Amino acid sequence: MARIIYREARSRTFLWVFMALMAALVVTGLSSAWYMEHHGHIVTGMNNGIVWGLPHVFAIFLIVAASGILNMASLASVFGKTTYKPKARLSGLMSIALLVGGLSVLVLDLGRPDRLTVAMTSYNFKSIFAWNIFLYTGFIVIVGAYLIVQMTRSWMKWTGAVGTFAFVWRLILTTGTGSIFGWLVAREAFNAAMLAPLFIAMSLSLGLAIFITTRLLLDYGCGDRSLGTELIERLAKLLGIFIATTLYFQLLMHLTNLYSAARGGVERFLLVEGGIYPLLFWGGFVILGSLIPMALVFLPAFNRNRMMVGLASVLVIAGGLASIYVIVIGGQAFPLNIFPGMEVSSSFGDGQIQHYVPSLPELLLGIGGWALAALITLVGVKILPILPVEDNVTLNAAAAAG
Amino acid sequence: MSCTDNKTCTCTPAGSLPADGEASPGIEAGRRAFIKAGGAFATIALTPTVTLMAFGGGKANAAQESLDPKARWGLLIDVAKCGTGCSECVSACQKENGWQDTGHPETDAQWIRKVTVKNPKSGAVAELPVMCQHCDEPPCADVCPTGASFKRADGIVLVDKHLCIGCRYCMMACPYKARSFIHETLIDQKPYAPRGKGTVESCTMCVHRVDRGEIPACVESCNSTGGGAMMFGNLNDPQSDIAKRVAELTSTQLRPDLGVDPGVHYTYL
Amino acid sequence: MKQWIRQVLATALLAVALGAMAGISWPGMASAGEESTQVAAVPAPAIPEAKPGTECVRDPEFMRRNHMDMLKHKRDLTVHEGNRLPEFSLNECIACHAVKGDDGKNVTIADSRHFCRSCHDYAAVEVDCFQCHASRPEAGDTALQSSPHGMNVLALSEFLKGVQE
Repeated sequence: MARIIYREARSRTFLWVFMALMAALVVTGLSSAWYMEHHGHIVTGMNNGIVWGLPHVFAIFLIVAASGILNMASLASVFGKTTYKPKARLSGLMSIALLVGGLSVLVLDLGRPDRLTVAMTSYNFKSIFAWNIFLYTGFIVIVGAYLIVQMTRSWMKWTGAVGTFAFVWRLILTTGTGSIFGWLVAREAFNAAMLAPLFIAMSLSLGLAIFITTRLLLDYGCGDRSLGTELIERLAKLLGIFIATTLYFQLLMHLTNLYSAARGGVERFLLVEGGIYPLLFWGGFVILGSLIPMALVFLPAFNRNRMMVGLASVLVIAGGLASIYVIVIGGQAFPLNIFPGMEVSSSFGDGQIQHYVPSLPELLLGIGGWALAALITLVGVKILPILPVEDNVTLNAAAAAG
Repeated sequence: MSCTDNKTCTCTPAGSLPADGEASPGIEAGRRAFIKAGGAFATIALTPTVTLMAFGGGKANAAQESLDPKARWGLLIDVAKCGTGCSECVSACQKENGWQDTGHPETDAQWIRKVTVKNPKSGAVAELPVMCQHCDEPPCADVCPTGASFKRADGIVLVDKHLCIGCRYCMMACPYKARSFIHETLIDQKPYAPRGKGTVESCTMCVHRVDRGEIPACVESCNSTGGGAMMFGNLNDPQSDIAKRVAELTSTQLRPDLGVDPGVHYTYL
Repeated sequence: MKQWIRQVLATALLAVALGAMAGISWPGMASAGEESTQVAAVPAPAIPEAKPGTECVRDPEFMRRNHMDMLKHKRDLTVHEGNRLPEFSLNECIACHAVKGDDGKNVTIADSRHFCRSCHDYAAVEVDCFQCHASRPEAGDTALQSSPHGMNVLALSEFLKGVQE
């Protein structure tokens, strides 16, 4: 098999401008966090009913996608698809970058981010949240090792083993993220084991969509490393399968809930009567984020066109954001059922739909997390030999060998 | 002093030994004071570590060194007696613990609230106070990553604000919407009820009063100026008023199906 | 291949160095400040006296060095085990060392004459106790506790053992 040569990205104006833009967004995000910290969460749209808001939507999106992006590397080292080997390094780097970005948002949204040391030293092992702290930090370490092994000639023989370990770890990690919601017995919209596999499916589609978008942008920014048409088509079809899987788990979860009379109310709220939430679910997630991209990636008229596949990826990202918004915020907006079968009212919003209007600082903090992920990726490809010099050579070689 | 009247019963002044302490075993505050006055042996028996309380200190209202790990403090709320429009318990809690209505119900802390419940089929309406239910298996404590949410050995569920990082996962997990997040900087808190921006809080069952052998502020005011609907006591002590009432009346807990076994019981709901 | 390792190492070292400069307080830093009283141009703090006729739970020298550990241990005992003994209770310190302001009321932590601030400002050690805790006794509350603070040697050693754990 032909040897793949990796090299640091060349300095192009595009790359520098993009980096500067991302750095500026990171600063905006940090300023927003400071502002929220200084005044308290009163300056956000969050309240005692909707306790997790836009920052969590962005953070969960990043964390879920982070584990999904690693799939590119896993395809090569775990499943032996050598076609994807040139993508492995970028996929590892990006998965770390996205996780760091997501965790930063999560931490900066805490009521007391200054007590991060408490979170790191005082654990309640019954809490899935506490487990996740280990899963996340462990992921960064393992994927870091995975990258180092790939980049060090004498250690390369370990790539398969470390890659497999990383793959298993990422499955557990996404299960953990899904279980943050899945294990909440009190909330009717959550409390479903289905959330864990759903999050894994989402991670696959979101991760691949982000990977494709990034590769296309890098190709544009760095010039000579174009993705071949054949590879584009393969990635596009893979994305289509992942989208369909996500859709399947969503469908199954909602059908299960609809079948239970007790959960009819919350389903009616999320799917029909809840205003913004059904709109985001059907319009954002189902139509824009799933059906249209599936058409784009499966129809031969589009799936060899990089613009169309790029568009499909962007739509999947937007749809994913919409569906996480519905899960996280829609799930909290539906009132707790403290008195089943009764009509309740109080000064504390009992029995009422909980209101939430995201504020600008929350949005900027969330975007700041994305920007941080992008910035880490860009700096990474600039200083480390991440990007292959020529993808098509290896693809052709692999095809010839296979 | 007799125990037939709920009001007299739960309002025994803190720390003072009732004259007929033996004859009215249900008087919770008096009983606890009695144990304390019983002297150092009781104190030692209840605490594994060497006591800091001087021998012979024995004052009935001496500050306690340790909670009673055998107790399970709870509340019994008689919904039939809870008055329409009455919010004595809420005001008393606000006064005691220093939280208030600032006109922003969505972000203001509410440790206790009056909930109006209407049966849509029969039209029957009831009012009742809802606060932290002090579960035996508190979901908030299960999910808390740092262990800040915890249950004391005597069943009172608290937030250790020294450990709370403000992640709000407990608020996601609580089935009763009992917790509030502090959204703004606070000043001049009550010395015995520390509260601060960026942390989560909820009803403490007036733990500072319970530790001095007193009853929670809401119960006290409900029984003096309200409808006399609330009772506080040790559910683990079969001789206590509350345990007897729970044993003889059909009471319910909120969302009993969840199996979290709240320490707050309701009758006539 | 070796090039990138160097780059990573250099970046990591730089990050660690920056982090160390920015956030970590070095051991001995605070005490160095305390000992240079004579040298510094900053005037020594006027530490508010306790209520007349009272005696601190330990001698001032002990409290100056150890109050933080005592308070921390006491806070855990209080929150988790219901220990309401007055010894080493923050409320007791606050009440006993309360300072009257110009308006005749006790000052809060917002006033630089406050007991805790008088010294902490000087030592440049920030505490966040008062984000949650009341920094002055409640109006009219003069008798928080005035029990005799005679903790015996055995009791104190037990307490200190707890502090170390």
